[in-house]
Amino acid sequence: MNNISRRKALTSGLATATGFAGIAAAARLARRYRLIPPDSGGIYGPGETLTYAAQRILTAHSLAREFPRSMISKVPFANETSPRNEAFQRLQASGFKDWRLAVDGLVANPVSFSLADLRRLPVHSQITEVVCEEGWSYIAEWIGTPLVEVLKAAGILPPARYVVYFSTDRDWWDSIDMADALHPQTLLTWAMNDGDLAVPFGGPLRLRVPRQLGYKSVKYITRLTAADSLKGFGKGLGSASPEGGYAWYAGI
Amino acid sequence: MDTKACYAPDMPVGAATQQRQIPRHSAVVRVTHWITAAAFLALLVTGIEILISHPRFYWGETGNSLTTPLFQIPIPSSRDLVPTRFDYVLPDQNGWSRYLHFQAAWAAVLTGLIYAAAGLWSGHFRKNLLPASTEWTWRTFHHADIHTYNPLQRVTYLTVIFVLFPLAIWTGLALSPAFDSAVPAAVTSLAGRQSARTLHFFVSMSLLIFFAVHIAMVALTGFRRRMRAMTTGRV
Repeated sequence: MNNISRRKALTSGLATATGFAGIAAAARLARRYRLIPPDSGGIYGPGETLTYAAQRILTAHSLAREFPRSMISKVPFANETSPRNEAFQRLQASGFKDWRLAVDGLVANPVSFSLADLRRLPVHSQITEVVCEEGWSYIAEWIGTPLVEVLKAAGILPPARYVVYFSTDRDWWDSIDMADALHPQTLLTWAMNDGDLAVPFGGPLRLRVPRQLGYKSVKYITRLTAADSLKGFGKGLGSASPEGGYAWYAGI
Repeated sequence: MDTKACYAPDMPVGAATQQRQIPRHSAVVRVTHWITAAAFLALLVTGIEILISHPRFYWGETGNSLTTPLFQIPIPSSRDLVPTRFDYVLPDQNGWSRYLHFQAAWAAVLTGLIYAAAGLWSGHFRKNLLPASTEWTWRTFHHADIHTYNPLQRVTYLTVIFVLFPLAIWTGLALSPAFDSAVPAAVTSLAGRQSARTLHFFVSMSLLIFFAVHIAMVALTGFRRRMRAMTTGRV
């Protein structure tokens, strides 16, 4: 072995060792700063973790783009709506006056809100775009109660790291981390454009998460649970999406 | 084989024995080339898969099944609410396609950064890819030498590396609502979200055309030798 190839072998060996040490240190930091998504296992884990970690660092407090009123889409597209069961139809028949939103888990006082209760909390409106993973989009004005107000009213406790949300459709539940849960644009939406939120668009209550793709904005919300871990929910992957093959974090 | 062609034309004869050991492509170029090739193939297949869920393109900020498209690719869709001229729906493969698309994008971007840094450091771009002004003659265009590139090849590779790949990354990032919340200019400078998506498609098609021509040229000018040059470094 001549000098050049020995030097080469040493350098590449050192570089490889540094690389592995770097990855180990990065993984440790990522765990410490909670930059690892719940669906980080499996072959797509590295990509998902890189995306989630990079975007959490980059977007910690950034606001989703808002648009002028003139850009509101004349033909918003409702997409598929979950099958509405008998219980939903009964609630709809009475104008959703008996609709309840339960808030439990890591909160000081578990509460249940009617739609009228929600409307008495501070109201926020935003003109944001719904972005579907398929590629299409539309802009609407969304009016509702910021999720943070509801969490404050229930007294969210410091150990809470995620808010899990459930809909009337048992197969459609999801969760967001506190960065999105406490974000001012994350909105329990009960009105859209000029009227109440129509059923095809998620009425009477939809959680809008405008910094993520449309599938995180679950329709027909009935329950919120604050949790310190997602392990106990479903298969422990954070939401129904990864169980169906889709990423938990959808900020892409 | 004409052994003389193995050496650069201005190479002193005495340097010939030493030159024999210098690989056609450096180790960094060979390794990053194949990682990029794998990532590109993954991005291409999954990109087509994602496209099938909505094969309509728009210009501006918004567009959906109820608005007029800029153009529509005449293929069936994997979703039943997309208007197509077909009365059947393709199998939906978006879930793993999306996971793999973004993982492959990370692989391509990180590999590209290593390649670009190494290329600037070693003078790879200047020496091997930047065309010298003396090379702009018709004769050099016809010159298929395995040891170097003609000016047309050089300009093509530089365009792919410094124009098309960065544009693919930019237009792709512009489709991320979270990234756009931090860097709104990424999408507003492209005339809106749907424009960014349409541009992402055109840039990807340009890369696909490059890819097809690249494979064809390798096949036409000695597939085994070229593959060996990019794998072991030996011509």
